[in-house]
Amino acid sequence: MHPAFSVIFLTTLIGVGQGLFLALYTGQIYSIMKLLPAQNSQSFYAMGSLVALGLLVVGLFASFFHLGRPMRAWRSSSKWRTSWLSREVIILPTTMLLIALYGAIHHFGWTQPIFTLAKTQQIDLSLIIGAIATLSTLALFICTSMIYASVRFLQEWNNPLTVINYILLGAASGFTLAVVFSVIVEADVVGFYVLWAIILTIAAFITRATTLLRNRRLTPKSNLQTAIGMRHTIIAQKSQGAMGGSFNTREFFHHKSLAKLKFIKNTFLMLVFPIPILLLFIAVFGFYPLCLATAAFVIQYFGLIAERWYFFTEGRHPQNIYYQSVA
Amino acid sequence: MEQLALIIDLNVCVGCHACVTSCKEWNTSGWAGPMSDVNPYDANPTGTFFNRVQTFEVGTFPNTETVHFPKSCLHCEEPPCVPVCPTGASYKREADGIVLVDYDKCIGCKYCSWACPYGAREYDQRQKVMKKCTLCVDRIYDQTLPESERKPACVMACPTSARLFGDVHDPDSEVSKLIRENSGYQLMPEWGTNPSNHYLPRRKIHFKIHEDELQRVDNPLKKEGLLPEPPKDQQTLDDIYSSW
Repeated sequence: MHPAFSVIFLTTLIGVGQGLFLALYTGQIYSIMKLLPAQNSQSFYAMGSLVALGLLVVGLFASFFHLGRPMRAWRSSSKWRTSWLSREVIILPTTMLLIALYGAIHHFGWTQPIFTLAKTQQIDLSLIIGAIATLSTLALFICTSMIYASVRFLQEWNNPLTVINYILLGAASGFTLAVVFSVIVEADVVGFYVLWAIILTIAAFITRATTLLRNRRLTPKSNLQTAIGMRHTIIAQKSQGAMGGSFNTREFFHHKSLAKLKFIKNTFLMLVFPIPILLLFIAVFGFYPLCLATAAFVIQYFGLIAERWYFFTEGRHPQNIYYQSVA
Repeated sequence: MEQLALIIDLNVCVGCHACVTSCKEWNTSGWAGPMSDVNPYDANPTGTFFNRVQTFEVGTFPNTETVHFPKSCLHCEEPPCVPVCPTGASYKREADGIVLVDYDKCIGCKYCSWACPYGAREYDQRQKVMKKCTLCVDRIYDQTLPESERKPACVMACPTSARLFGDVHDPDSEVSKLIRENSGYQLMPEWGTNPSNHYLPRRKIHFKIHEDELQRVDNPLKKEGLLPEPPKDQQTLDDIYSSW
Protein backbone atom coordinates (compact mmCIF):
# COMPACT_ATOMS: atom_id res chain seq x y z
CA MET A 1 0.00 0.00 0.00
CA HIS A 2 1.02 3.58 -0.56
CA PRO A 3 2.15 5.16 2.73
CA ALA A 4 0.23 8.43 3.16
CA PHE A 5 1.89 10.87 5.55
CA SER A 6 -1.43 12.32 6.69
CA VAL A 7 -2.39 8.94 8.16
CA ILE A 8 1.13 8.28 9.44
CA PHE A 9 1.06 11.55 11.42
CA LEU A 10 -2.52 10.97 12.57
CA THR A 11 -1.86 7.51 14.00
CA THR A 12 1.52 8.30 15.57
CA LEU A 13 0.55 11.68 17.07
CA ILE A 14 -2.71 10.53 18.62
CA GLY A 15 -0.84 7.42 19.82
CA VAL A 16 1.63 9.62 21.73
CA GLY A 17 -1.18 11.80 23.09
CA GLN A 18 -3.21 8.80 24.25
CA GLY A 19 -0.10 7.21 25.77
CA LEU A 20 0.74 10.43 27.64
CA PHE A 21 -2.75 10.61 29.09
CA LEU A 22 -2.56 6.95 30.17
CA ALA A 23 0.79 7.75 31.81
CA LEU A 24 -0.70 10.72 33.70
CA TYR A 25 -3.70 8.76 34.95
CA THR A 26 -1.58 5.73 35.87
CA GLY A 27 0.62 8.12 37.88
CA GLN A 28 -2.42 9.51 39.65
CA ILE A 29 -3.71 6.03 40.52
CA TYR A 30 -0.29 5.09 41.89
CA SER A 31 -0.11 8.25 43.97
CA ILE A 32 -3.52 7.79 45.56
CA MET A 33 -2.45 4.26 46.37
CA LYS A 34 0.49 5.95 48.13
CA LEU A 35 2.93 4.13 45.83
CA LEU A 36 4.14 7.41 44.32
CA PRO A 37 4.40 10.90 45.79
CA ALA A 38 1.38 13.09 45.02
CA GLN A 39 1.85 15.57 42.18
CA ASN A 40 0.74 19.14 41.76
CA SER A 41 -2.70 19.26 40.15
CA GLN A 42 -2.06 22.34 38.04
CA SER A 43 1.53 22.06 36.90
CA PHE A 44 1.52 18.29 36.45
CA TYR A 45 -1.92 16.86 35.62
CA ALA A 46 -3.45 19.94 34.01
CA MET A 47 -0.36 20.79 31.96
CA GLY A 48 0.18 17.14 31.02
CA SER A 49 -3.43 16.85 29.86
CA LEU A 50 -2.96 19.99 27.79
CA VAL A 51 0.07 18.48 26.05
CA ALA A 52 -1.83 15.22 25.40
CA LEU A 53 -4.80 17.20 24.08
CA GLY A 54 -2.49 19.24 21.83
CA LEU A 55 -1.07 16.07 20.29
CA LEU A 56 -4.58 14.73 19.62
CA VAL A 57 -5.57 18.04 18.01
CA VAL A 58 -2.51 18.06 15.73
CA GLY A 59 -3.17 14.41 14.84
CA LEU A 60 -6.80 15.18 14.00
CA PHE A 61 -5.64 18.14 11.90
CA ALA A 62 -3.23 15.89 9.97
CA SER A 63 -6.05 13.42 9.23
CA PHE A 64 -7.96 16.07 7.26
CA PHE A 65 -5.22 16.09 4.64
CA HIS A 66 -6.15 12.50 3.85
CA LEU A 67 -9.67 13.46 2.81
CA GLY A 68 -10.66 14.60 -0.65
CA ARG A 69 -13.58 16.56 0.77
CA PRO A 70 -12.60 17.60 4.32
CA MET A 71 -15.57 19.95 4.64
CA ARG A 72 -17.86 16.92 4.59
CA ALA A 73 -15.90 15.13 7.33
CA TRP A 74 -18.79 15.58 9.77
CA ARG A 75 -20.79 13.07 7.73
CA SER A 76 -18.34 10.34 8.64
CA SER A 77 -19.82 9.84 12.09
CA SER A 78 -23.02 8.34 10.72
CA LYS A 79 -22.15 4.70 9.99
CA TRP A 80 -20.68 3.72 13.36
CA ARG A 81 -22.71 0.50 13.34
CA THR A 82 -20.59 -1.00 10.57
CA SER A 83 -17.50 1.14 10.00
CA TRP A 84 -14.47 1.28 12.31
CA LEU A 85 -13.48 4.54 10.64
CA SER A 86 -16.79 6.05 11.63
CA ARG A 87 -16.31 4.76 15.20
CA GLU A 88 -12.89 6.42 15.32
CA VAL A 89 -14.41 9.67 14.10
CA ILE A 90 -16.79 9.59 17.08
CA ILE A 91 -14.39 8.36 19.75
CA LEU A 92 -11.52 10.74 18.88
CA PRO A 93 -13.37 13.97 19.79
CA THR A 94 -14.94 12.16 22.77
CA THR A 95 -11.49 11.28 24.07
CA MET A 96 -10.30 14.84 23.46
CA LEU A 97 -13.26 16.18 25.39
CA LEU A 98 -12.71 13.81 28.32
CA ILE A 99 -8.97 14.58 28.49
CA ALA A 100 -9.76 18.29 28.37
CA LEU A 101 -12.29 17.78 31.17
CA TYR A 102 -9.75 15.81 33.20
CA GLY A 103 -7.22 18.62 32.77
CA ALA A 104 -9.83 21.25 33.64
CA ILE A 105 -10.81 19.43 36.84
CA HIS A 106 -7.18 19.46 37.92
CA HIS A 107 -6.61 23.03 36.78
CA PHE A 108 -9.59 24.46 38.63
CA GLY A 109 -9.02 22.23 41.64
CA TRP A 110 -12.39 20.44 41.58
CA THR A 111 -10.73 17.56 43.36
CA GLN A 112 -12.66 17.49 46.62
CA PRO A 113 -13.54 13.91 47.58
CA ILE A 114 -17.05 12.99 46.47
CA PHE A 115 -17.33 9.73 48.39
CA THR A 116 -15.09 7.29 50.21
CA LEU A 117 -14.55 3.80 48.91
CA ALA A 118 -13.92 0.91 51.32
CA LYS A 119 -13.73 3.45 54.16
CA THR A 120 -10.20 4.52 53.23
CA GLN A 121 -10.07 5.46 49.57
CA GLN A 122 -11.32 8.93 48.74
CA ILE A 123 -12.74 9.23 45.26
CA ASP A 124 -12.84 12.63 43.55
CA LEU A 125 -14.17 13.84 40.22
CA SER A 126 -10.76 13.65 38.48
CA LEU A 127 -10.54 9.91 39.24
CA ILE A 128 -13.99 9.23 37.82
CA ILE A 129 -13.49 11.33 34.67
CA GLY A 130 -9.96 9.92 34.35
CA ALA A 131 -11.30 6.36 34.43
CA ILE A 132 -13.86 7.18 31.72
CA ALA A 133 -11.17 8.95 29.68
CA THR A 134 -8.90 5.89 30.04
CA LEU A 135 -11.63 3.65 28.65
CA SER A 136 -12.22 6.14 25.85
CA THR A 137 -8.46 6.25 25.12
CA LEU A 138 -8.30 2.46 24.89
CA ALA A 139 -11.42 2.44 22.70
CA LEU A 140 -9.73 4.98 20.44
CA PHE A 141 -6.65 2.75 20.14
CA ILE A 142 -8.91 -0.16 19.19
CA CYS A 143 -10.92 1.88 16.66
CA THR A 144 -7.80 3.33 15.01
CA SER A 145 -6.09 -0.03 14.68
CA MET A 146 -9.25 -1.90 13.68
CA ILE A 147 -9.55 0.39 10.65
CA TYR A 148 -6.53 -1.52 9.37
CA ALA A 149 -7.00 -4.86 11.14
CA SER A 150 -10.57 -5.24 9.87
CA VAL A 151 -9.68 -5.09 6.16
CA ARG A 152 -9.58 -8.81 5.52
CA PHE A 153 -8.01 -8.40 2.09
CA LEU A 154 -4.81 -7.03 3.60
CA GLN A 155 -3.60 -10.21 5.27
CA GLU A 156 -0.59 -8.42 6.80
CA TRP A 157 -2.96 -6.18 8.78
CA ASN A 158 -5.88 -8.55 9.33
CA ASN A 159 -4.67 -9.84 12.67
CA PRO A 160 -5.11 -9.00 16.40
CA LEU A 161 -1.39 -8.16 16.49
CA THR A 162 -2.17 -4.94 14.62
CA VAL A 163 -4.38 -3.79 17.50
CA ILE A 164 -1.83 -4.85 20.14
CA ASN A 165 0.97 -3.06 18.27
CA TYR A 166 -0.97 0.18 18.03
CA ILE A 167 -1.77 0.10 21.76
CA LEU A 168 1.75 -0.83 22.88
CA LEU A 169 3.59 1.52 20.51
CA GLY A 170 1.29 4.42 21.38
CA ALA A 171 1.60 3.72 25.11
CA ALA A 172 5.40 3.31 24.91
CA SER A 173 5.88 6.65 23.13
CA GLY A 174 3.41 8.33 25.50
CA PHE A 175 5.25 7.07 28.59
CA THR A 176 8.56 8.22 27.06
CA LEU A 177 7.03 11.67 26.61
CA ALA A 178 5.82 11.47 30.22
CA VAL A 179 9.46 11.02 31.25
CA VAL A 180 10.43 14.20 29.40
CA PHE A 181 7.43 16.02 30.85
CA SER A 182 8.13 14.97 34.44
CA VAL A 183 11.80 15.98 34.06
CA ILE A 184 10.74 19.42 32.79
CA VAL A 185 8.20 20.08 35.56
CA GLU A 186 10.63 18.50 38.06
CA ALA A 187 8.12 15.94 39.26
CA ASP A 188 9.67 13.14 41.30
CA VAL A 189 8.11 10.36 39.21
CA VAL A 190 10.82 10.14 36.53
CA GLY A 191 11.98 6.67 37.60
CA PHE A 192 8.41 5.34 37.53
CA TYR A 193 7.81 6.57 33.98
CA VAL A 194 11.23 5.39 32.77
CA LEU A 195 10.49 1.91 34.13
CA TRP A 196 7.10 1.74 32.38
CA ALA A 197 8.40 3.32 29.18
CA ILE A 198 11.08 0.62 29.00
CA ILE A 199 8.64 -2.19 29.83
CA LEU A 200 6.13 -0.98 27.21
CA THR A 201 8.86 -0.50 24.60
CA ILE A 202 10.14 -4.04 25.16
CA ALA A 203 6.57 -5.41 25.00
CA ALA A 204 5.99 -3.47 21.77
CA PHE A 205 9.22 -4.84 20.35
CA ILE A 206 8.09 -8.41 21.05
CA THR A 207 4.70 -7.97 19.36
CA ARG A 208 6.03 -5.89 16.44
CA ALA A 209 8.83 -8.38 15.77
CA THR A 210 6.27 -11.20 15.94
CA THR A 211 4.20 -9.34 13.35
CA LEU A 212 7.24 -8.97 11.07
CA LEU A 213 7.95 -12.70 11.34
CA ARG A 214 4.29 -13.58 10.75
CA ASN A 215 4.08 -11.40 7.67
CA ARG A 216 7.23 -12.91 6.25
CA ARG A 217 5.62 -16.36 6.26
CA LEU A 218 2.26 -15.22 4.90
CA THR A 219 1.01 -16.78 1.67
CA PRO A 220 -1.34 -14.58 -0.36
CA LYS A 221 -4.86 -15.96 -0.51
CA SER A 222 -5.43 -14.76 -4.08
CA ASN A 223 -3.38 -15.37 -7.17
CA LEU A 224 -3.62 -14.62 -10.87
CA GLN A 225 -5.49 -17.88 -11.45
CA THR A 226 -8.37 -16.96 -9.14
CA ALA A 227 -8.16 -13.28 -10.14
CA ILE A 228 -9.04 -13.88 -13.78
CA GLY A 229 -10.35 -17.42 -13.46
CA MET A 230 -7.89 -19.12 -15.81
CA ARG A 231 -6.77 -22.55 -14.67
CA HIS A 232 -3.27 -22.45 -16.04
CA THR A 233 0.04 -22.21 -14.23
CA ILE A 234 1.65 -19.86 -16.75
CA ILE A 235 -0.16 -16.55 -17.16
CA ALA A 236 1.59 -13.33 -18.08
CA GLN A 237 -0.01 -9.91 -18.11
CA LYS A 238 0.42 -8.05 -21.39
CA SER A 239 -1.51 -4.88 -20.67
CA GLN A 240 -3.38 -3.37 -17.74
CA GLY A 241 -5.71 -1.11 -19.70
CA ALA A 242 -3.79 2.13 -19.14
CA MET A 243 -0.19 3.13 -19.70
CA GLY A 244 0.08 6.36 -17.70
CA GLY A 245 -0.88 4.77 -14.39
CA SER A 246 -4.21 4.83 -12.63
CA PHE A 247 -5.65 5.11 -9.15
CA ASN A 248 -4.98 1.39 -8.86
CA THR A 249 -1.25 1.83 -9.42
CA ARG A 250 -0.98 4.92 -7.20
CA GLU A 251 -2.95 3.89 -4.11
CA PHE A 252 -2.00 0.25 -3.74
CA PHE A 253 1.69 0.21 -4.68
CA HIS A 254 4.47 1.80 -2.66
CA HIS A 255 6.83 2.05 -5.69
CA LYS A 256 9.83 1.71 -3.38
CA SER A 257 12.89 -0.46 -3.85
CA LEU A 258 13.42 -3.51 -1.67
CA ALA A 259 16.66 -1.95 -0.42
CA LYS A 260 14.79 1.13 0.79
CA LEU A 261 12.13 -1.00 2.50
CA LYS A 262 14.81 -3.00 4.28
CA PHE A 263 16.59 0.20 5.30
CA ILE A 264 13.38 1.69 6.72
CA LYS A 265 12.61 -1.54 8.56
CA ASN A 266 16.05 -1.67 10.16
CA THR A 267 15.85 2.05 10.94
CA PHE A 268 12.59 1.77 12.82
CA LEU A 269 13.73 -1.37 14.63
CA MET A 270 16.72 0.64 15.92
CA LEU A 271 15.04 4.00 16.56
CA VAL A 272 11.87 2.77 18.25
CA PHE A 273 13.27 0.09 20.52
CA PRO A 274 16.96 -0.19 21.62
CA ILE A 275 18.11 3.45 21.36
CA PRO A 276 15.29 5.00 23.48
CA ILE A 277 15.61 2.19 26.03
CA LEU A 278 19.34 2.83 26.32
CA LEU A 279 18.92 6.61 26.56
CA LEU A 280 16.16 6.34 29.17
CA PHE A 281 18.22 3.88 31.15
CA ILE A 282 21.15 6.32 31.24
CA ALA A 283 18.89 9.31 31.95
CA VAL A 284 17.35 7.67 35.03
CA PHE A 285 20.80 7.58 36.64
CA GLY A 286 20.98 11.37 36.43
CA PHE A 287 23.20 11.91 33.39
CA TYR A 288 21.71 14.91 31.55
CA PRO A 289 18.18 13.59 32.17
CA LEU A 290 16.44 16.34 30.17
CA CYS A 291 18.70 16.02 27.11
CA LEU A 292 18.70 12.24 27.08
CA ALA A 293 14.98 11.86 27.78
CA THR A 294 14.14 14.40 25.07
CA ALA A 295 16.48 12.62 22.67
CA ALA A 296 14.84 9.30 23.58
CA PHE A 297 11.39 10.69 22.82
CA VAL A 298 12.34 12.46 19.58
CA ILE A 299 14.29 9.43 18.28
CA GLN A 300 11.43 7.09 19.21
CA TYR A 301 8.89 9.36 17.52
CA PHE A 302 10.89 9.51 14.29
CA GLY A 303 11.24 5.75 14.56
CA LEU A 304 7.46 5.48 14.88
CA ILE A 305 7.00 7.50 11.70
CA ALA A 306 9.28 4.98 9.97
CA GLU A 307 7.40 2.13 11.65
CA ARG A 308 4.03 3.37 10.42
CA TRP A 309 5.48 4.02 6.96
CA TYR A 310 6.73 0.45 6.88
CA PHE A 311 3.39 -0.81 8.19
CA PHE A 312 1.64 0.63 5.14
CA THR A 313 4.20 -0.69 2.66
CA GLU A 314 3.88 -4.12 4.29
CA GLY A 315 0.25 -4.40 3.17
CA ARG A 316 -0.01 -6.27 -0.12
CA HIS A 317 -3.41 -5.71 -1.65
CA PRO A 318 -4.90 -8.47 -3.82
CA GLN A 319 -5.92 -5.91 -6.48
CA ASN A 320 -2.20 -5.55 -7.28
CA ILE A 321 -2.43 -8.92 -9.06
CA TYR A 322 -4.27 -7.12 -11.86
CA TYR A 323 -1.52 -4.50 -12.23
CA GLN A 324 1.70 -6.44 -12.65
CA SER A 325 2.68 -5.21 -16.10
CA VAL A 326 2.05 -1.99 -18.01
CA ALA A 327 2.61 -3.23 -21.53
CA MET B 1 -35.10 -9.77 -5.34
CA GLU B 2 -33.53 -8.62 -8.56
CA GLN B 3 -29.75 -8.59 -9.00
CA LEU B 4 -28.69 -6.86 -12.16
CA ALA B 5 -25.25 -7.83 -13.42
CA LEU B 6 -22.99 -8.14 -16.41
CA ILE B 7 -21.88 -11.40 -17.96
CA ILE B 8 -18.58 -11.19 -19.79
CA ASP B 9 -17.82 -13.88 -22.30
CA LEU B 10 -14.03 -14.24 -22.48
CA ASN B 11 -14.50 -16.63 -25.37
CA VAL B 12 -15.75 -13.82 -27.56
CA CYS B 13 -14.01 -10.70 -26.26
CA VAL B 14 -11.51 -9.44 -28.82
CA GLY B 15 -10.05 -6.69 -26.64
CA CYS B 16 -11.16 -3.76 -28.81
CA HIS B 17 -11.77 -1.43 -25.81
CA ALA B 18 -15.08 -0.27 -27.31
CA CYS B 19 -16.72 -0.91 -23.92
CA VAL B 20 -14.05 1.25 -22.25
CA THR B 21 -14.54 4.25 -24.51
CA SER B 22 -18.29 3.89 -24.62
CA CYS B 23 -18.43 3.70 -20.81
CA LYS B 24 -16.23 6.76 -20.48
CA GLU B 25 -18.25 8.68 -23.05
CA TRP B 26 -21.62 7.93 -21.48
CA ASN B 27 -20.61 8.43 -17.89
CA THR B 28 -18.47 11.52 -18.42
CA SER B 29 -21.40 13.26 -20.12
CA GLY B 30 -23.93 12.39 -17.45
CA TRP B 31 -25.57 14.41 -14.71
CA ALA B 32 -23.08 13.13 -12.12
CA GLY B 33 -20.28 15.24 -13.54
CA PRO B 34 -17.30 14.34 -15.67
CA MET B 35 -14.90 11.46 -15.09
CA SER B 36 -11.93 13.76 -15.05
CA ASP B 37 -8.60 13.19 -16.74
CA VAL B 38 -5.17 14.46 -15.75
CA ASN B 39 -2.65 15.20 -18.53
CA PRO B 40 -4.99 13.76 -21.19
CA TYR B 41 -2.84 14.98 -24.10
CA ASP B 42 0.50 15.00 -22.31
CA ALA B 43 3.02 12.56 -20.95
CA ASN B 44 1.62 10.03 -18.45
CA PRO B 45 -2.05 10.60 -19.14
CA THR B 46 -4.31 9.26 -16.42
CA GLY B 47 -7.92 9.55 -15.46
CA THR B 48 -11.01 7.99 -14.00
CA PHE B 49 -12.41 4.93 -15.69
CA PHE B 50 -15.19 2.60 -14.59
CA ASN B 51 -14.15 -0.15 -16.93
CA ARG B 52 -10.86 -1.29 -18.38
CA VAL B 53 -9.76 -4.12 -20.64
CA GLN B 54 -6.63 -5.94 -19.64
CA THR B 55 -4.76 -8.53 -21.66
CA PHE B 56 -3.15 -11.71 -20.44
CA GLU B 57 -1.18 -14.37 -22.26
CA VAL B 58 -1.80 -17.90 -21.06
CA GLY B 59 0.67 -20.69 -21.73
CA THR B 60 4.10 -20.72 -23.34
CA PHE B 61 4.89 -19.87 -26.94
CA PRO B 62 3.82 -21.22 -29.37
CA ASN B 63 0.99 -22.79 -27.37
CA THR B 64 -0.43 -19.55 -26.07
CA GLU B 65 -3.84 -18.00 -25.84
CA THR B 66 -4.42 -14.29 -25.54
CA VAL B 67 -7.14 -13.52 -23.05
CA HIS B 68 -8.71 -10.06 -23.12
CA PHE B 69 -10.17 -9.39 -19.72
CA PRO B 70 -12.67 -6.55 -19.21
CA LYS B 71 -12.67 -5.45 -15.58
CA SER B 72 -15.20 -3.28 -13.80
CA CYS B 73 -17.16 -3.25 -10.55
CA LEU B 74 -18.65 -6.71 -10.02
CA HIS B 75 -21.61 -5.49 -7.94
CA CYS B 76 -20.98 -8.09 -5.23
CA GLU B 77 -23.89 -9.61 -3.38
CA GLU B 78 -21.83 -9.17 -0.20
CA PRO B 79 -20.05 -5.93 -1.09
CA PRO B 80 -17.15 -5.47 1.37
CA CYS B 81 -16.79 -1.83 0.29
CA VAL B 82 -20.22 -0.84 1.63
CA PRO B 83 -20.03 -1.48 5.41
CA VAL B 84 -16.62 0.22 5.75
CA CYS B 85 -17.89 3.53 4.37
CA PRO B 86 -18.07 5.97 7.33
CA THR B 87 -20.64 8.29 5.72
CA GLY B 88 -23.03 5.87 4.05
CA ALA B 89 -22.10 7.29 0.64
CA SER B 90 -21.44 3.73 -0.54
CA TYR B 91 -24.56 1.63 -0.70
CA LYS B 92 -26.15 -1.34 -2.38
CA ARG B 93 -29.62 -0.81 -3.77
CA GLU B 94 -32.21 -3.16 -2.32
CA ALA B 95 -34.34 -3.27 -5.44
CA ASP B 96 -31.82 -4.22 -8.11
CA GLY B 97 -28.56 -4.91 -6.24
CA ILE B 98 -26.53 -2.15 -7.90
CA VAL B 99 -23.67 -0.88 -5.72
CA LEU B 100 -23.47 2.90 -5.95
CA VAL B 101 -21.61 5.88 -4.49
CA ASP B 102 -23.48 9.04 -3.52
CA TYR B 103 -21.01 11.64 -4.79
CA ASP B 104 -22.60 14.30 -2.58
CA LYS B 105 -21.93 12.34 0.61
CA CYS B 106 -18.49 10.89 -0.19
CA ILE B 107 -15.64 12.50 1.75
CA GLY B 108 -12.92 10.93 -0.41
CA CYS B 109 -11.24 8.93 2.37
CA LYS B 110 -10.52 6.05 -0.06
CA TYR B 111 -11.23 3.46 2.65
CA CYS B 112 -13.74 1.65 0.41
CA SER B 113 -11.03 1.14 -2.21
CA TRP B 114 -8.93 -0.72 0.38
CA ALA B 115 -11.91 -2.94 1.11
CA CYS B 116 -12.35 -4.00 -2.54
CA PRO B 117 -10.09 -6.92 -3.53
CA TYR B 118 -10.73 -6.25 -7.23
CA GLY B 119 -9.57 -2.62 -7.34
CA ALA B 120 -12.89 -1.65 -8.87
CA ARG B 121 -13.13 1.78 -7.23
CA GLU B 122 -11.28 4.82 -8.43
CA TYR B 123 -10.68 8.18 -6.80
CA ASP B 124 -11.50 11.10 -9.07
CA GLN B 125 -8.59 13.52 -8.81
CA ARG B 126 -10.67 16.57 -9.73
CA GLN B 127 -13.99 15.87 -8.06
CA LYS B 128 -12.20 14.40 -5.00
CA VAL B 129 -14.69 11.60 -4.50
CA MET B 130 -14.73 7.87 -5.05
CA LYS B 131 -16.26 6.64 -8.28
CA LYS B 132 -17.21 3.30 -9.69
CA CYS B 133 -19.32 1.53 -12.29
CA THR B 134 -23.00 2.45 -11.87
CA LEU B 135 -24.18 -0.27 -14.26
CA CYS B 136 -25.45 2.79 -16.18
CA VAL B 137 -28.27 3.24 -13.70
CA ASP B 138 -29.15 6.45 -15.57
CA ARG B 139 -29.65 4.51 -18.82
CA ILE B 140 -31.29 1.26 -17.84
CA TYR B 141 -34.35 2.97 -16.28
CA ASP B 142 -34.60 5.84 -18.77
CA GLN B 143 -38.15 5.70 -20.13
CA THR B 144 -37.27 8.09 -22.96
CA LEU B 145 -34.94 5.53 -24.50
CA PRO B 146 -36.34 2.72 -26.65
CA GLU B 147 -36.54 -0.46 -24.60
CA SER B 148 -33.81 -2.17 -26.61
CA GLU B 149 -31.39 0.58 -25.57
CA ARG B 150 -32.08 0.40 -21.83
CA LYS B 151 -28.79 -1.40 -21.26
CA PRO B 152 -25.38 -0.28 -19.96
CA ALA B 153 -23.32 1.68 -22.50
CA CYS B 154 -20.62 -1.00 -22.55
CA VAL B 155 -23.14 -3.68 -23.49
CA MET B 156 -24.53 -1.49 -26.27
CA ALA B 157 -21.02 -0.89 -27.61
CA CYS B 158 -19.65 -4.43 -27.64
CA PRO B 159 -19.30 -5.50 -31.28
CA THR B 160 -18.98 -9.21 -30.47
CA SER B 161 -21.72 -9.45 -27.84
CA ALA B 162 -19.14 -10.43 -25.25
CA ARG B 163 -21.05 -8.39 -22.69
CA LEU B 164 -24.54 -9.32 -21.62
CA PHE B 165 -26.78 -7.64 -19.10
CA GLY B 166 -29.56 -9.08 -17.03
CA ASP B 167 -30.94 -10.33 -13.74
CA VAL B 168 -28.79 -13.15 -12.36
CA HIS B 169 -31.36 -13.97 -9.66
CA ASP B 170 -34.00 -14.88 -12.22
CA PRO B 171 -33.21 -18.50 -13.15
CA ASP B 172 -34.97 -18.13 -16.50
CA SER B 173 -33.13 -15.01 -17.63
CA GLU B 174 -30.76 -15.19 -20.58
CA VAL B 175 -27.76 -14.41 -18.37
CA SER B 176 -28.63 -17.06 -15.78
CA LYS B 177 -28.92 -19.66 -18.53
CA LEU B 178 -25.56 -18.61 -19.95
CA ILE B 179 -23.91 -18.92 -16.54
CA ARG B 180 -25.47 -22.34 -16.01
CA GLU B 181 -24.77 -23.76 -19.44
CA ASN B 182 -21.27 -22.35 -19.97
CA SER B 183 -19.88 -22.78 -16.45
CA GLY B 184 -19.84 -19.06 -15.71
CA TYR B 185 -17.63 -18.19 -12.76
CA GLN B 186 -16.93 -15.43 -10.26
CA LEU B 187 -13.58 -13.70 -9.68
CA MET B 188 -11.61 -14.40 -6.49
CA PRO B 189 -14.25 -16.66 -4.92
CA GLU B 190 -11.92 -17.18 -1.92
CA TRP B 191 -12.99 -13.89 -0.32
CA GLY B 192 -16.68 -14.72 -0.10
CA THR B 193 -17.72 -11.46 -1.76
CA ASN B 194 -20.06 -13.32 -4.08
CA PRO B 195 -19.73 -11.05 -7.13
CA SER B 196 -22.84 -10.70 -9.28
CA ASN B 197 -20.92 -10.19 -12.49
CA HIS B 198 -19.89 -13.51 -13.95
CA TYR B 199 -17.30 -14.43 -16.55
CA LEU B 200 -17.77 -17.14 -19.14
CA PRO B 201 -14.56 -19.11 -19.66
CA ARG B 202 -12.65 -19.82 -22.82
CA ARG B 203 -14.29 -22.77 -24.55
CA LYS B 204 -12.84 -25.02 -27.23
CA ILE B 205 -15.02 -24.96 -30.31
CA HIS B 206 -14.92 -28.15 -32.39
CA PHE B 207 -16.32 -27.92 -35.90
CA LYS B 208 -16.61 -31.24 -37.68
CA ILE B 209 -16.77 -31.08 -41.47
CA HIS B 210 -18.01 -34.22 -43.13
CA GLU B 211 -16.62 -35.37 -46.49
CA ASP B 212 -19.90 -34.86 -48.36
CA GLU B 213 -20.16 -31.30 -47.07
CA LEU B 214 -17.08 -30.33 -49.07
CA GLN B 215 -19.01 -30.72 -52.34
CA ARG B 216 -22.28 -29.07 -53.15
CA VAL B 217 -24.99 -31.63 -53.62
CA ASP B 218 -27.06 -29.28 -55.81
CA ASN B 219 -24.29 -28.73 -58.33
CA PRO B 220 -25.69 -29.85 -61.67
CA LEU B 221 -22.47 -29.36 -63.59
CA LYS B 222 -20.47 -31.21 -60.86
CA LYS B 223 -18.07 -28.33 -61.17
CA GLU B 224 -16.96 -25.88 -58.51
CA GLY B 225 -16.62 -22.21 -59.26
CA LEU B 226 -18.75 -19.80 -61.26
CA LEU B 227 -21.24 -20.96 -63.81
CA PRO B 228 -20.25 -20.23 -67.41
CA GLU B 229 -21.18 -16.73 -68.52
CA PRO B 230 -24.38 -16.85 -70.57
CA PRO B 231 -24.60 -14.92 -73.84
CA LYS B 232 -25.48 -11.23 -73.37
CA ASP B 233 -28.70 -11.42 -75.39
CA GLN B 234 -30.09 -14.46 -73.67
CA GLN B 235 -32.74 -13.98 -71.08
CA THR B 236 -32.04 -15.45 -67.68
CA LEU B 237 -34.29 -16.07 -64.73
CA ASP B 238 -31.69 -15.51 -62.08
CA ASP B 239 -29.29 -12.68 -61.42
CA ILE B 240 -26.37 -14.60 -62.81
CA TYR B 241 -24.75 -11.44 -64.22
CA SER B 242 -24.34 -10.01 -60.80
CA SER B 243 -22.01 -12.86 -59.89
CA TRP B 244 -19.70 -11.95 -62.74
